[in-house]
Amino acid sequence: MTQDKSTPYLRIERLTKQFGTFTALKDISLEIFPGEFICFLGPSGCGKTTLLRAIAGLDIQTSGRIFQGGRDISALPSSQRDFGIVFQSYALFPNLTVAANVGYGLVSRGLPRVEIETRVNDLLRLVGLPDSGPKYPAQLSGGQQQRIAVARALALSPGLLLLDEPLSALDARVRAHLRVELRRLHQRLGVTTIMVTHDQEEALTMADRIVVMNHGVIEQMGSPTEVYRKPASAFVADFVGTTNFLPAVVAGPDHVRLGEINLACELSVNIGPGQDVTLAIRPEDVVVRNISPTTPNTFEARVAEIEFLGSFCRVGLAINGGDPALLADFSINAVRDLSITEGKVMPVALPPDRLRVFVRPPQAP
Amino acid sequence: MTATVTPAPGAAPGIAAAAPVIRRRLDRDDVLMRLGIALLIAWLAFTLALPLWSLLSKSFQDRDGAFVGLANYIEYFSTPALFASVFNSLEVAVLSTAIVLPLAFAYAYALTRTCMRWKGLFQALALIPILAPSLLPAISLIYLFGNQGILKELLLGGSIYGEGGIVLAQVFYCFPHALMILVAALSMADARLYEAAEVLGASRLRVFFTVTLPGAKYGVISAGFVIFTLVITDFGIAKVIGGRFNVLATDIYKQVIGQQNFEMGAVVGMVLLVPAIVAFAADRIIQRRQTALLSARAVPLDPKPAPPRDWGMFAFCGVVGGLIFGVLAMSFWASLITRWPYNLSLTLNNYAFGNFDTNGWETYWNSLTLSAWTAGVGTVVIFVGAYLLEKSRGFPVGRAIAQFMAMLPMAVPGLVLGLSYIFFFNARWNPFGFLYATLAIMVLNSITHFYTVCHLTATTALKQMDPEFEAVSASLKVSLLRTMARVTVPVCLPAIFDVSIYLFVNAMTTVSAVIFLYSTDTKLASVTIVNMDESGFTAAAAAMAMTIVFTSAAVKVAHLLITRKLEGTTQAWRRR
Ligand SMILES: Nc1ncnc2c1ncn2[C@@H]1O[C@H](COP(=O)(O)OP(=O)(O)OP(=O)(O)O)[C@@H](O)[C@H]1O
Ligand SMILES: [Mg+2]
Repeated sequence: MTQDKSTPYLRIERLTKQFGTFTALKDISLEIFPGEFICFLGPSGCGKTTLLRAIAGLDIQTSGRIFQGGRDISALPSSQRDFGIVFQSYALFPNLTVAANVGYGLVSRGLPRVEIETRVNDLLRLVGLPDSGPKYPAQLSGGQQQRIAVARALALSPGLLLLDEPLSALDARVRAHLRVELRRLHQRLGVTTIMVTHDQEEALTMADRIVVMNHGVIEQMGSPTEVYRKPASAFVADFVGTTNFLPAVVAGPDHVRLGEINLACELSVNIGPGQDVTLAIRPEDVVVRNISPTTPNTFEARVAEIEFLGSFCRVGLAINGGDPALLADFSINAVRDLSITEGKVMPVALPPDRLRVFVRPPQAP
Repeated sequence: MTATVTPAPGAAPGIAAAAPVIRRRLDRDDVLMRLGIALLIAWLAFTLALPLWSLLSKSFQDRDGAFVGLANYIEYFSTPALFASVFNSLEVAVLSTAIVLPLAFAYAYALTRTCMRWKGLFQALALIPILAPSLLPAISLIYLFGNQGILKELLLGGSIYGEGGIVLAQVFYCFPHALMILVAALSMADARLYEAAEVLGASRLRVFFTVTLPGAKYGVISAGFVIFTLVITDFGIAKVIGGRFNVLATDIYKQVIGQQNFEMGAVVGMVLLVPAIVAFAADRIIQRRQTALLSARAVPLDPKPAPPRDWGMFAFCGVVGGLIFGVLAMSFWASLITRWPYNLSLTLNNYAFGNFDTNGWETYWNSLTLSAWTAGVGTVVIFVGAYLLEKSRGFPVGRAIAQFMAMLPMAVPGLVLGLSYIFFFNARWNPFGFLYATLAIMVLNSITHFYTVCHLTATTALKQMDPEFEAVSASLKVSLLRTMARVTVPVCLPAIFDVSIYLFVNAMTTVSAVIFLYSTDTKLASVTIVNMDESGFTAAAAAMAMTIVFTSAAVKVAHLLITRKLEGTTQAWRRR
């Protein structure tokens, strides 16, 4: 990509999509920079596919504009846009060989046969299936078909690669492998890529930036670390990774009360004392080691249950003398060193910079 | 072209309300597709809607073409001799349905749910009548039970000419049509339901009534409507064996051909249209309620041997199959007899059609030509039409109109369509009047008459293709025409073959659709059967009927062989 990395390659402005009276996308705006790998992440029915298809011109938006490489493509039909696409079903032409599938777009360009052959072979080598040319799609495994679909989508060197849940039809092992492959391919070609997924792990491991969507709106946009560390809403905190949600009340400019416990945390300016809030903290952020009297946000908790999960233990902690309300992930070492067993009462700490405070109560986790 | 920018009419309140609605610009494929749909509508208007309109208006006119309101209808309903046919037709249709349905159900059950022997043979045997014109069973019945029939004594002095004969012949003629639907309905079964019923200790009878029958309910209903419609619209059987028993179909013929009373013919045509449309609409409404009974996880049912049932069913199928074979064989035998019943020595003289009809074998070649054109042109028009309706985007009004018109022919009896063609192509204002009495008009008529079944076959095949093929093509900047030629047509080839064979066989056997449209130069084999029977050359009529059966059968066998060969070569990709 010869483009300047600081001007967006794809810009979406106030996109809305309605199906009859149902609004599938509400006022979506977003910018994607050249060479980025973007994931649209969200639960089923949140509008990810709808947004992707609007970008491809397959189901045109009701209103709003889309610019690609500075060109207004809002009303263009798919055939006049510049993208390659891989569907969940791969949509490989069953009666054509793999080579014919990959070369499908090249043939109608009127390129000489030798050139097409070279390009097809290059593409097949690129996706790691150099010998599959004469086979038919039905003779390939799901993972191989997926890679052929990617090769076909890349054949015309599109400026934008669109992937709609490309890995969801595969079993876990193949999926993990192809994740790495796709990512590597992207790094090699640098083509701006948008991938739709409802698998948070996939989004976290593959994306440069994640667009978290829910009910047709963008909840958060940011790098995997940002989305994971600093979820912008209770929805994001819940959807991406595991999060404890604890009801609390704002007690002062920089602390909240969780029952009897006083907790320091960062509060945004518009939250005033007395307001009901939800505290969110990830299980792995709960601290048990090296707690001194000066460690902030320390309190006594009782170990109510321990679940062994291989490399770590997930511990249910009861606080304020109630039922287990807080899940914490402790390493096996910590469990052994501190001889954590069911019934043990011990101090734990919730680091202030790891606590997130949301005004809205979370959706039922 | 530029993007149209208008305020969103039904946009969400608030911010979006002011945002301009985006309309996709059309690319070349869109424009082509819309043109195609417009052409399809024009075609269906020309071959179906306008002729029907001519029929409707004719029924409100007098001999001189002046509008007379309901006068013709009043005359029709106040003439008991005419009006009685309505009840006769309904009675025959209901009786035939009541007989065929249980027979075909039991036969289909035996084919799909038992471990009976010789299933393939029984299935093939039962489907043969589809290859024959409806006239054939009527002719056979005359040889069996007619005035000089070999089994006449069985009737104890009764006569085969009349209602009884019609119903018997209809049962034979409709049986395979019902059987196909019921076999399809009964082959879809979820073994888990049966296992559950067995575990719960339900008796065989109880399982049948609580699981089997409800599962096949929609197939049974559909088959019922199909039989009803076939019987009420069929012309050939009543013509040959009806005697003095009048039905709507023969009334139209008598009014138009016998009395040259076209207006009254139009009225009877409109009357005949009513039960056909009601049956069609009722079936569509009921089928719409059908939800997918089979989930993706359904386990196919594998019938287990149960000797008493299997042998019982074998006996039943043996009797039914034997009767079918007997009826077919009777016609064949009769066609080879020198002079029934006095000289039973065998001869091929009855196949020298020139001795019985001035056109002789020419009518047979006409039939072949008609069938070939119908299959050729019809397959292209119907498949492209189904493709346009299935794959185009936007243009909802045009698509809805075309879709409706594609379904309509199912509800229009062939006789009514043929009559409409007379009026439409004879109209003074019609610039296409020159088509009248040509082979072309019969090709148009046959394509239209059999349009719906073929349209549904093509649509089903197209629906089974990945809906994203077109999206992929667009992203690869490949035109839809190219993708249609390279992918859609090859993948749908089996269905395309099915459609063309269906058209060929039906054009070969149909009488009702063309009886009004032939001229002396374009007379067809099936029509010749009617004429020869009228002139008393029954053996020659049987010979011509058998010639048609053999032709259809040969085409069908060739189809099977070609399909098998295709699977070996161009369809290699289907194998894993
Ligand atoms: N053609 C359509 N007509 C009506 N509603 C639609 C149509 N397509 C999508 N929707 C609705 O729009 C919403 C968003 O659909 P979309 O397919 O974008 O979801 P998604 O996020 O891709 O979900 P999934 O993960 O299940 O694929 C859903 O509620 C869906 O029911
Ligand atoms: Mg989706």
